[in-house]
Amino acid sequence: MARAALLGRLTWQLANVVELVEETARVRSIVLDPPAWPGHRAGQHVDVRLTAEDGYQAQRSYSIASAPEDGYLMLTVERLEDGEVSPYLADELRPGDELELRGPVGGYFVWEESLGGPLLLVAGGSGVVPLRAMLCHHRAVESIVPVRLLYSARSLEEVVYRDELMRMAAADQIDIRFTLTREQPEGWQGYGRRIDRELLDEVSWPPGEHPLVYVCGPTGFVEATANALVELGHEPARIRTERFGPTGG
Amino acid sequence: MTPISRGFRGRRDASADPSRVPPGQYVTGDFPVLSAGPTPHTQLADWSFAIQGEVDEPRTWTWDEFRALPSENLTTDIHCVTKWSKLDTVWTGASVDTLLDGVDTSAEYVTAWSDGGYTTNLPLEDLTGGRAWVAFAYDDEPLDPEHGGPARLLVPHLYFWKSAKWVRGLELKLEDEPGFWETYGYHNYGDPWREQRYWGD
Ligand SMILES: Cc1cc2nc3c(=O)[nH]c(=O)nc-3n(C[C@H](O)[C@H](O)[C@H](O)COP(=O)(O)OP(=O)(O)OC[C@H]3O[C@@H](n4cnc5c(N)ncnc54)[C@H](O)[C@@H]3O)c2cc1C
Repeated sequence: MARAALLGRLTWQLANVVELVEETARVRSIVLDPPAWPGHRAGQHVDVRLTAEDGYQAQRSYSIASAPEDGYLMLTVERLEDGEVSPYLADELRPGDELELRGPVGGYFVWEESLGGPLLLVAGGSGVVPLRAMLCHHRAVESIVPVRLLYSARSLEEVVYRDELMRMAAADQIDIRFTLTREQPEGWQGYGRRIDRELLDEVSWPPGEHPLVYVCGPTGFVEATANALVELGHEPARIRTERFGPTGG
Repeated sequence: MTPISRGFRGRRDASADPSRVPPGQYVTGDFPVLSAGPTPHTQLADWSFAIQGEVDEPRTWTWDEFRALPSENLTTDIHCVTKWSKLDTVWTGASVDTLLDGVDTSAEYVTAWSDGGYTTNLPLEDLTGGRAWVAFAYDDEPLDPEHGGPARLLVPHLYFWKSAKWVRGLELKLEDEPGFWETYGYHNYGDPWREQRYWGD
């Protein structure tokens, strides 16, 4: 295929693990230095491949958390207790190890400045990862597109990139709201329930302003959020979704 | 040479027959979902299915007409490009052979199109010869909208994005034209046994 020849094959490469960042008790970021990174767009993901000594392999997809402008590649992984790959990435991997990956993959769940807005980002748990890349891209190019992030987490301790998001929210164009579904700290001013239609109606731009919407998280969360947005009158074609896993959130 | 991931053992599923799991896939008991946007909810009264494009005469079926066609039960393995495979899934649907019965065409390609604007492209020969269905039931239950209901294409020998959810028609074509995921970096054909996930694989 001509296009494939033009773009080249997505070959596996070994990236050095430069740094590991504990984001929350269950979530860790991995800063990588792939030798031949072709660049990426905010929202894309990579495939990671692990190989055991006897040759057994396991592959999973992970969203890219870093912005195209960052000069390194960062992934952010939530540990699932009974998982095969995520506990390895979240617990076992050390700086100096090498991680095999290929990418970037995906071209639809992508935001870049030229797509405009207003932008509504809706995250459930670790679904915030590709949305962080979009926010960092937005900051890096000093975009004036207005953005709202609605982020649902179980508790404040489980909010990934918490300090960073708070800093970003200082920008005029960026409005960040949290909803804490299980546990709220004393005097919590934000929302304290699962995302529903009413909450989306309150946070989102009116459908008449045609916001561009990105929803990412566990399947059940994405399903419920996207359905509610359509019921509120948002155009299905302006709602882009990424579903991370089988279970509801 | 493939590098060893220090300290990685992996969880091998002893119950899964390795000859049924394509490279890079793992077996799951769940039924994960992959979609680019919201799930469409089409009323059965508004539903129809079309065969169109390079055909002597286009055909359409209403839901009732479609359901009156002969249907088949099948048990098959499915493989999603996001790495999961699910074995022995149970479906009911009308075979594409049934839908194309008596259609005269010189087309070699097909674009399956769906509610919500989704499309996917396949060679016509991959849809015929008892290899593809328009399925309306999963595990003897009406197919959930989340999983493509009221009806989805089912082409189990290719990665599962080719099994277009919410399918509403097949457009027969002389020329191949990449569909939705195929223009966003996914492989044009998508054979899981050759691990054709992305462009150039
Ligand atoms: C496009 C894409 C991007 C992704 N990006 C990220 C990312 O940035 N960060 C991240 O942490 N994960 C991400 N994921 C999910 C990731 O690919 C793995 O599915 C996840 O890490 C679990 O893998 P595992 O091997 O640890 O668990 P598995 O061994 O595959 O599963 C263990 C158990 O957990 C269940 N399970 C699997 N996935 C989830 C889930 N997401 N939530 C709840 N239960 C689950 C399984 O059904 C099973 O019961 C992404 C997935 C996709 C498709």
